[in-house]
Amino acid sequence: MDYVIEMLGIRKEFGSFVANDNITLQLKKGEIHALLGENGAGKSTLMNVLFGLYQPEAGEIKVNGKSVKITDPNVANDLGIGMVHQHFMLVEKFTVTENIILGNELTKSGIINIKDAAKKIQSLSEMYGLEVDPYAKIEDISVGMQQRVEILKTLYRGAEILIFDEPTASLTPQEIHELIQIMKRLIQEGKSIILITHKLQEIMDVSDRVTVIRKGEGIGTVITKETNPNELASLMVGRQVDFTTVKDEANPTEESLVVNNLVVTDYRGIEKVKGLNLTVRKGEIVGIAGIDGNGQSELIESITGLRKVKSGSIKINGQDVTNKKPRQITEAGVGHIPQDRHKHGLVMDFSIGHNIALQTYYAPPISKNGIIDYGKVSELAQKIIKDYDVRTQGEETLARSLSGGNQQKAIIGREVIRNPELLIAALPTRGLDVGAIEFIHQRLIEQRDKGKAVLLLSFELDEVMNVSDRIAVIYDGQIVDTLQPKDTTEQELGLLMAGQHKTGKDVKQGEQQHVE
Amino acid sequence: MSNRLVNILVPVISVILGLLVGAIVMLVSGYDPVKGYTALWNGIFGDSYAIGETIRQITPYLLSGLAVAFAFRTGLFNIGVEGQLLVGWFAAAYVGVAFDLPMYIHLPFAIIAAAVAGGLWALVPGLLKAKLQVHEVIVTIMMNYIALHTTNVLIRAMSDGGENTGTIKETASLKSVFFESITDYSRLHYGIFIALAMVLVMWFILEKTTIGFELKAVGFNKNASEYAGMNVNKNIILSMVISGAFAGLAGAMEALGTFQYASVKGGFTGIGFDGIAVALLGANTPLGVVFGATLFGALKYGALNMPNAADIPVEIVSIVIAIIIFFVACGYVIRYFLEKKNKKKEAK
Repeated sequence: MDYVIEMLGIRKEFGSFVANDNITLQLKKGEIHALLGENGAGKSTLMNVLFGLYQPEAGEIKVNGKSVKITDPNVANDLGIGMVHQHFMLVEKFTVTENIILGNELTKSGIINIKDAAKKIQSLSEMYGLEVDPYAKIEDISVGMQQRVEILKTLYRGAEILIFDEPTASLTPQEIHELIQIMKRLIQEGKSIILITHKLQEIMDVSDRVTVIRKGEGIGTVITKETNPNELASLMVGRQVDFTTVKDEANPTEESLVVNNLVVTDYRGIEKVKGLNLTVRKGEIVGIAGIDGNGQSELIESITGLRKVKSGSIKINGQDVTNKKPRQITEAGVGHIPQDRHKHGLVMDFSIGHNIALQTYYAPPISKNGIIDYGKVSELAQKIIKDYDVRTQGEETLARSLSGGNQQKAIIGREVIRNPELLIAALPTRGLDVGAIEFIHQRLIEQRDKGKAVLLLSFELDEVMNVSDRIAVIYDGQIVDTLQPKDTTEQELGLLMAGQHKTGKDVKQGEQQHVE
Repeated sequence: MSNRLVNILVPVISVILGLLVGAIVMLVSGYDPVKGYTALWNGIFGDSYAIGETIRQITPYLLSGLAVAFAFRTGLFNIGVEGQLLVGWFAAAYVGVAFDLPMYIHLPFAIIAAAVAGGLWALVPGLLKAKLQVHEVIVTIMMNYIALHTTNVLIRAMSDGGENTGTIKETASLKSVFFESITDYSRLHYGIFIALAMVLVMWFILEKTTIGFELKAVGFNKNASEYAGMNVNKNIILSMVISGAFAGLAGAMEALGTFQYASVKGGFTGIGFDGIAVALLGANTPLGVVFGATLFGALKYGALNMPNAADIPVEIVSIVIAIIIFFVACGYVIRYFLEKKNKKKEAK
């Protein structure tokens, strides 16, 4: 059998910590090979070894059957290995072409030859069906397009083997669908792909074979056709995983959040929320389904006080909180798991303990007369670390050095332990593995069962379907319909999210229904 | 090698390397490095007078270092410590000269006046940053020139066109008869206690209070701080004002301690600018500032002895001192090599 890449018995240590132990991954020419593992299982470490960012302590790497030493990313480039990073490495103010040629500029007597480069990019783009405009500025194109620029960058540099690091993490369902088509096209043209992911459905949809790693150890390689999501999940986690979220009937009582005719503008002054109505009762989970960019972020930011409301009102637990400060809203009984945990959720250079005190540091029992009792902070942190299974060396560890799932658990612990009447969870499981997702869903349902109101914002349809008691579909800044999960299908939701009515006609202004 | 050992070794090796390269510079220029360093050593520790003067020199560095470090912790670059120091200096001298009060009122009044003047001077860039997003570096640099020439005008006005405010009243002086007696009449004054107390104050604010918690949070991540209900603008202004107050106190040290007056200046004192280096050497921590200020103060004062005792020109002395500080600042290079060596050992 011809392998384009063989990583044999790879071992990588960081001090006394073994990140990779005896992992073998063999990539055939023309296949999509998935690399599956929980957050922190060592997937990225392994790929960084392949990309030349780390040197392995043991093991061998072969490219096209020849043993190689990949000492830095340039060597990897020369061997035809390209990486599409999860966090794009693009210069916002530059055009697509400028970004792609960056560091590898085509010059004519010392002057950059943008035209020829753009032509080459255009033809590559057409060849793989990427539909990228070489002259568009990065800041003006969507996240999905930016990812295609990253793909083009590797192709432009002659990559034969493409590594995709969690490529769907920030994409909409539509963009994911298109990405899968692109990957298939790449394979047709003779490229080989390693796909790093922890999304089982994607693996089933697109890959030929799967290599599973768990806690740094290679568990083995299976053929996708001969396995199923359940088996993959238990291989990855090391135990049986429950996919269907079990929950009792909801018992909605009085109104907790009432949003009335809300209008909010974005930073450019363009209306993103256009007369939106929404009610969340105590004892129920309301899921907001919608494609990114339909006003979800602006809605959440205005409810939590991070963005000014243009008109309309927001009431929480009977209190008018329209345009109140974030702290006043928090004190009205709101817990908030923010959409961007690095930007809003955590101070990455603070310890976990400090982060856990971030919402409560200013009042008793944590502080008195402006003096913080760090003993109390430590107590609280240890309680949350224990109760919410935050895997860390201790509360002194910097938030930065925790994996995404554990950072998220710490945030959820911090918000839930305050026992808020209304819990707002924005994309709470983004980028997390099945084990962590299961845990977080259970916490949300637990809050509901305690008679609290929960507002869930998610781009994942199955999450919305599984966890919510009611689904509010948002489109173009308005709630266009509310549905019971059991009375609807993903197809119907998909159509509503795309602005189509059940009957198939466009939703028009003023025609949208009020939610309760 | 343990972490602790590395932490001790790094500064020691840095200083030794700096001394070695400084020695080469002296050799190449035709001067005797042994004589030069002996003169430096004697300039710092030679006799009780030298020790007294060295500590006297360290005092304002402590405060200017704290000023820069404090703003830094909130993510602000206060280049205006020099200007805040000058207005503090003038304010303290003015209060010291113009009022007739008992010491227990007069001295605290003069000290507080300096802190308030420095704080107000820093309030301007703080406000501009918070309200209008004007970069504090530009504003503070410009405020330095305004401070320099404004205080000169005020001093001239006070002294009817003279160069000097006149000596402050004894009731406002930090002069120490006790220190004079044990250091052979050096100008060492009680201000060192104020400076050290301020080190504690900064540590206390940052590590114990809710204000410090907020300031640090805003310094690391404005978005998360805002989301957590903190008032980011208020913290930016507060941080600048506290920083300016430390700088003003550095001015009070000169007015009430070392010089006992304020005089018209042709240029900046340099203490405020050196405060940036002191803060960075000390990694912006209170204890680190003590280390940085001690190094700066000792070298600056000790170097004065090198032209006299070893006949080395002032220019060469400046180069040598700069090289030593340069190597200390490059500590991370040495740390890098130590860690690399460690890794190799472990690999074997």
